[in-house]
Amino acid sequence: MMLTTGEIWTVILVLGIGTFLIRFSFLGIIGERKMPDWVLRHLRYTPVAVLPGLVAPLVLWSEGAVAPVQIVAALVTVAVAWWQTNLLWGFFTGFGLFLTLTALG
Amino acid sequence: MSSTTAKSAYREGVWAGAPFFFVAAPFSVLFGVLATEAGLSFVEVMGMTVIVIAGSAQFTAVQLMTEAAPVWLIIAASLAVNLRMAMYSASLQPHLGAAPLWQRALVAYTNFDQSYAVSITKYEARPEMPLTAKVAYYAGSVTIILPTWIAFTGVGALAGAAIPEDWPLTFVMPLLFLSLVGPMLRTLAHLAAAVTSVVVALLLAWMPSGVGVLFAAFGAMAVGAEIERRTAQ
Repeated sequence: MMLTTGEIWTVILVLGIGTFLIRFSFLGIIGERKMPDWVLRHLRYTPVAVLPGLVAPLVLWSEGAVAPVQIVAALVTVAVAWWQTNLLWGFFTGFGLFLTLTALG
Repeated sequence: MSSTTAKSAYREGVWAGAPFFFVAAPFSVLFGVLATEAGLSFVEVMGMTVIVIAGSAQFTAVQLMTEAAPVWLIIAASLAVNLRMAMYSASLQPHLGAAPLWQRALVAYTNFDQSYAVSITKYEARPEMPLTAKVAYYAGSVTIILPTWIAFTGVGALAGAAIPEDWPLTFVMPLLFLSLVGPMLRTLAHLAAAVTSVVVALLLAWMPSGVGVLFAAFGAMAVGAEIERRTAQ
């Protein structure tokens, strides 16, 4: 963590205000004017577009080296979460496997 | 009459939202733990949870903070995760748009993925519900998840301070993101967007932390939207 207290609070406040404005947008300000279809189409993919990219480098190479344990645990996590349609199942299976493999390795 | 309807709608909403306790409680404990491990003080952790009140974005911000990304990038990437909520806002508008401003502001502030999902399902099944009942149902759906999210973040933050430094917690956040994404991969378009995001982020991993992810996100949104457009034709 290299952020100063001031920077941390800047992140918190701007993120808080920005998130509120996103949530309030149509309900409060824009009203019944319809969003164009192409915008809606893009917005639908925001979580699947951001989160995998954020995670990928952390999974593939951990601390500079290719990390097979992390890769296996990550794939199992996605697969179980997908199969069970439940994030907690996916998370705890993947994390359990990660701890087991780390202990064995 | 109208107030009875609103009361029963509120109770219905509470019941519909109650199961989310089991998702929100562990999820928020984890946030408290990880944010504390990342170096945030108790007040900062709680401040973020109360002011931002959006799980995935908070995890994103904390992850990028630990990577020492610049402030503007932390904000941009975290807000990008929340852009989907503009879509929620637009789809709630026909049902709740006529409510008083303060009520719409509160609905916006407490717009969780889960409460949005149960409420919009209800409104679409019963569009003739009176406005007060719709608002009451929404209020019911967040009655449990909201205090749960805040209180259990506090539990996590206190626990995080007591957890030894050498616990293997750095990998918790990636696994958490992946388990969030897993259930979303229901269509070819979502899958393709996720794969694009991974590939572009890896190709751009040499860029300063956070920058590659932004490009990856825009590319992935375009791919998802384009595949949806083609399959819809």
